[in-house]
Amino acid sequence: MTRPTTDTTAAAATARSPFRRKGLRGPSWVGWLFVLPAFAFYAVFVLQPLALTVQYSLYRWDGIGASTWAGTQNYLKVFTDPDLFASIVNAFKLIVFFSAIPVVLGLAIASTIRRIAASRLALVARTVIFLPQVIPLVAAGITWSWLLSSNGLINQLMSYVGLDGVIRAWLGDFSTALPAVGVIGAWVLLGLCTLLLLAGMSKIDPALYEAARLDGAGSFREFFSITLPSLRQEIGVCVTVTVIAALASFDIVYIATQGGPGNSTMVPGLEIYYLAFSERQVGLASALAVILTVLVIACALPIQWLTRDRTS
Amino acid sequence: MIFARREAWTGRVLLVLLMAVTLMPFVSLFVTALHPSGTYPLGLDWPSDPQWGNFADAFTAARMGELLKSSALIVLGVVPISLVVATMAGFAIGHLRMAGRQIAFLAFVLGLTLPFEGIITPLYYLVRDMGILNTRWAIILPLVGLFMPFSVFWMRAHFVNMPEELSESARMDGANVWQLFWKVHVPLAVPATSSLAILLFLWTWNQFLLAIVLVDDPLNRTMSGALGAFQGQWGTNIPLLCAGSLLILGPTLVIFLIFQRRFVTALLQGSLKG
Repeated sequence: MTRPTTDTTAAAATARSPFRRKGLRGPSWVGWLFVLPAFAFYAVFVLQPLALTVQYSLYRWDGIGASTWAGTQNYLKVFTDPDLFASIVNAFKLIVFFSAIPVVLGLAIASTIRRIAASRLALVARTVIFLPQVIPLVAAGITWSWLLSSNGLINQLMSYVGLDGVIRAWLGDFSTALPAVGVIGAWVLLGLCTLLLLAGMSKIDPALYEAARLDGAGSFREFFSITLPSLRQEIGVCVTVTVIAALASFDIVYIATQGGPGNSTMVPGLEIYYLAFSERQVGLASALAVILTVLVIACALPIQWLTRDRTS
Repeated sequence: MIFARREAWTGRVLLVLLMAVTLMPFVSLFVTALHPSGTYPLGLDWPSDPQWGNFADAFTAARMGELLKSSALIVLGVVPISLVVATMAGFAIGHLRMAGRQIAFLAFVLGLTLPFEGIITPLYYLVRDMGILNTRWAIILPLVGLFMPFSVFWMRAHFVNMPEELSESARMDGANVWQLFWKVHVPLAVPATSSLAILLFLWTWNQFLLAIVLVDDPLNRTMSGALGAFQGQWGTNIPLLCAGSLLILGPTLVIFLIFQRRFVTALLQGSLKG
């Protein structure tokens, strides 16, 4: 295909579009045939279980015997049982660590290193700070359980700077276990947020910054009037990804604390697992699963909507 | 400009600090792995007598050879099936643009944010009734389904941008839709499919929830699921646990370092699109 003729063919195609389109692409059942295998996998292993979750949630069932109709009782129980409801509250508390810290810190770091983003050091750093995204969350959990244990590196550092008073088994202490789990999540997600935001900043026209400098704007003015507004979409992505990671957290909590001590780090994902597979309360587990799914969608959609780039 | 230079230095210091925070856990893991088995060393303490043999012990204890094989088999199931099936669907929705494609696309998009915990309970009974519980298929088939929303989304984004003239000239040469797909569009989609393959590999390899729920035997699980079992078994022997964790991390790290550019780009694009 040579370049000059392209325009004319395209024009011809659009001019005769309705007729040509059919001949060009075949009848629409061909298209549906191409979608069919993908849809079959999706329907059998996602849509069907999704419908079944809703169905199970309306029954009382131990997974083996007969089930009895429960109506909305399982849902009521999730909201009235203090332990179950606490798991939902914990998930929202984790958002502070999984989302707020990585996004705010990521913004600060990315805007500081923006000018040296093309240097050799920054290229090496790109690989290094991406490591937590690549390793399994299970490995992050095991590693950090060791760092946060009473003999671990965190306590070693604390006593090195003279903070012997605060030393403890961070994951085993009722008051620090949830924040400690949060720190693991923040460590995992900080690199991703930083790089996403940095990639967004590289798309901002440098002339904007030069103009701001000429007008005498300092780093802070620059950040709030140029960087932040231009990063609307990237921030939206970071917040969405990290909020979902917080609400649907499972791997890290399972490895680091198993929900303990007591119930202090219990999250919905882990609670569903325990309810369904240890306590054999399939109906209750399913009700919590439906609530979790709705919560994730209810959080993800508005963030997407608020931060979408309306110009494009 | 002094201003800019000072800023550059702050940036460099911050970068080094950030790298240190990222790497510190791995260093601690490595140093601890060299301590005598069964001891409780300090977090960052070079042992007087490094026990390199711990890695060999952990290799046997974790049965690394079998684990690698199992994870590889699962990846070999998930990635090719997902790629072929999702490329076909993305091609139809993005390029063939048949009537009603929006409904098909919307159906897939709805699954994008679905947390796996939301469907894990019925998935267990479903997989059990299919008779594949405790086999690798119990992980492979559901994962293909669960990755489908993202994969279709990803491939559609590629095909939407393919010029129409391309298909036109192929059709004029007498190619049918099937040939058009395999001979013209699949070769051109290689950059998109290879990035998707990287993402799917990583997500499969690291999948934990499905592995521990649907497969009892750690030797039939993914690396991540096996690591969970390893922690359960050797959790009290800290040096051995650290050595084992590093070994289990090893393959991912090696593959990441080889393909680092592609990985970073794919993951960044992946989160932007998802």
